[in-house]
Amino acid sequence: MATSAVSLEPAAHTEAHELSFLRKYIFSTDHKIIGVQFMLMSWVFLVFGGLMAMMIRWQLGFPDRALPGGQLLPETMAPGGILLPEFYNSLVTMHGTIMVFFAIMPLLVGVFGNFLIPLKIGAPDMAFPRLNMASFWIAVPAGILMMAGFFVEGGHASAGWTQYAPLSSDPQWTGVSTGQQIWLLSIAILGLASILGATNYITTVVNMRAPGMTWFRMPLSIWALFITAILVLLAIPILSGAAIMLFFDQTIGTHFFDWTDGGQPILWQHLFWYFGHPEVYILILPAMGVVSDIIANGSRKPVFGYHSMVFAIIAIAFLGWIVWGHHMFQSGMNPTLGMTFMISTLLIAVPSAIKTFNWMGTMWRGNIRFHVPMLHAVGFVAMFVIGGLSGVFMATTPVDIYIHDTYFIVAHIHYVLFGGSLFAIFAAVTYWYPKMFGRMMNPALGKIHFWLTFIFYNLTFFPMHNLGVYGHMRRIYDPSQYEFLAPLAPLNKFITINALLLLVVQLPFVWNFIMSWFKGEQATDNPWEANGLEWTVPSPPPHGNFAEVPTVYRGPYEYSSPLVEEDYLLQTRKLSSDFDPAAAGAQEG
Amino acid sequence: MSWILPPSASTFAGDIDFLYYLILVITGIAFVVVEAGILLFVIKYRARPGRKAEYIEGSTKAEIIWTAVPAVTVVIIGLMSAGVWNNVKGRNSTPRNAIPHQVNVRQFEWDFVYRGADGQLGTADDFTVRNQLHIPVNQPVALQLNAEDVIHSFFVPAFRVKQDAVPGMAISTWFEATEVGEYEIACAELCGLGHYRMRAMVTVHSAADYQQWLADRTAAADEE
Repeated sequence: MATSAVSLEPAAHTEAHELSFLRKYIFSTDHKIIGVQFMLMSWVFLVFGGLMAMMIRWQLGFPDRALPGGQLLPETMAPGGILLPEFYNSLVTMHGTIMVFFAIMPLLVGVFGNFLIPLKIGAPDMAFPRLNMASFWIAVPAGILMMAGFFVEGGHASAGWTQYAPLSSDPQWTGVSTGQQIWLLSIAILGLASILGATNYITTVVNMRAPGMTWFRMPLSIWALFITAILVLLAIPILSGAAIMLFFDQTIGTHFFDWTDGGQPILWQHLFWYFGHPEVYILILPAMGVVSDIIANGSRKPVFGYHSMVFAIIAIAFLGWIVWGHHMFQSGMNPTLGMTFMISTLLIAVPSAIKTFNWMGTMWRGNIRFHVPMLHAVGFVAMFVIGGLSGVFMATTPVDIYIHDTYFIVAHIHYVLFGGSLFAIFAAVTYWYPKMFGRMMNPALGKIHFWLTFIFYNLTFFPMHNLGVYGHMRRIYDPSQYEFLAPLAPLNKFITINALLLLVVQLPFVWNFIMSWFKGEQATDNPWEANGLEWTVPSPPPHGNFAEVPTVYRGPYEYSSPLVEEDYLLQTRKLSSDFDPAAAGAQEG
Repeated sequence: MSWILPPSASTFAGDIDFLYYLILVITGIAFVVVEAGILLFVIKYRARPGRKAEYIEGSTKAEIIWTAVPAVTVVIIGLMSAGVWNNVKGRNSTPRNAIPHQVNVRQFEWDFVYRGADGQLGTADDFTVRNQLHIPVNQPVALQLNAEDVIHSFFVPAFRVKQDAVPGMAISTWFEATEVGEYEIACAELCGLGHYRMRAMVTVHSAADYQQWLADRTAAADEE
């Protein structure tokens, strides 16, 4: 039974004083406003990251042609519109950095962690609202600092988002010093924001669940965000520590990663991937969680095997935390260790398969409504499967010898982070948009956006597997340098054209997102006929969320229950057969 | 667009390629089953007026099946891989008759050090050829990778060999070419602005040609 160390009384948060504009929308402590703030910030970075990807793609597709509009870039980046190799390396580094740290991670954890956790567990706000505000206002300067790195002397960090030492630790190898230091500082600052956020989420979920909201009545989205927060707490401090060590190597002459003076380059890889692999699951678990909610809603059925879905989340998180060495099979690490990491990595296929088959089981014998969120959620499952299966190739150490550091891994990561995470983000944004903004998005535009994205996404990323199978290395500025890559030039052009189209077809979404905010149809409290607590309050919910503390009587997925006429059953709806924990508590008291 | 691996030319390439195709078949089946299932379900169970979904919470039997089948499959893949991995990268995998070379790697070139006439590495008569590795066919070759600045990675796609060279670490790798010819060597680890052009060649000679090449080289070295 949920007991509460923190006051659940909404009154404490909804005192009737009028907040100034600044306190209400800028320095807000309301988890819903902070969620929206994180979303706006992440959209901006998603655009930056996307534009960088276009420049990378242009260079790979048309290595001898000037980038259209490239004349606008300064001489130090692209003289005459032709990208310089050092700028290309910065683009590769920053595309990964921006997308992982400033787009996908805040979109999933920052936006939906914030917006959904209190609303879905029946709490008035986060446990530490001011900490929550601090988390956002630490992330913003970290992002600005990160972008500023492009404009310093020597250019931005160019050692890859993985920042392998010694390339990253000594400016003589890249010619970058200030940009590199900015990268490290920004990551350390952003790490603080993540740690504050994670502490908050864990405390809130443990302490602030409404009466009746037992652990196994929590929606899978909340389970996933909760486990993700634990992973964040385990992983991010390691990255922050490693970044500070690398910063010291750069600035005050320590030698943590300097092999000429007692340091060890491979230590960086262990520290980085000890963070970096859990990070992959930080970016996919919340996606799996929200998709589970949406597939149950769209299929009008309970999530198939709810308990095994919860245990699969925990299993993925645990395994994801002990597989970092699979990034290092070819690094010179002891080969016997490689064998251990191969087995733990292959085992992740098991909980991943459990989740996939349970999503399919949820759709089986359902009555599927293809609203836009459902389209994206089914798209997520279809694409995540590809990302999961391609992982088996690289997990297998002998095959990895060949495909390691080729476009095969590039295809894999994009099937997980774009086909997976980003489709889930589109699903979640279109699903909770009415609750966030009180208005519906245009469904026709939403469907156009889904289908065009789905098509061009696959035309862009699926052929990258084939590049990898042919041995095409990643992170190379000009593939035409190699004879064996010559037959791949047409495929590289094909990918580039589709990537450009993939960017263009995001415009309907941008238009829809902005215009619906002002002109969308008014949203009802429960437009998707869903069961969660957030659908019992107005759209958008007031400060403090719930007029009175809600009582929860059942799990979140009672769709098409034989107990009621409708095909949904709110978690808070009391049927005559339900035990009333609030009343029972009062009697005991 | 093809899933077929490019031609290979080393002894262990066959084992690696076999594992690749095995996984391709297994994941291919899983891919078709799942995607076809999704397609079937979205068509068959699309919403129709007056219909209600069936209230099904799950099935323990189904959970056991789709836990056990992938678990057994991946463990088998793991066990099959272990032997190949050990054969290619294991600590004692380098064949004893392998021709040793030291490879000094730096931004953005490969210096291949050859034994001189005395048949010993690390002596005065060693000679170095920049970006050119000459080896005989059907005889193993062992490379001692010595990175002098940053991490690089020795990659010969045709031999299915890839090994990082890490400064400060003595890392060796080996392979045995099975086809005479010329093959490209690439750097597979981002190593700076010239990473993309850190290309070298390995020339595989027939046994006789190799002896001739060695004799020519040694004579040339003597004249210097």
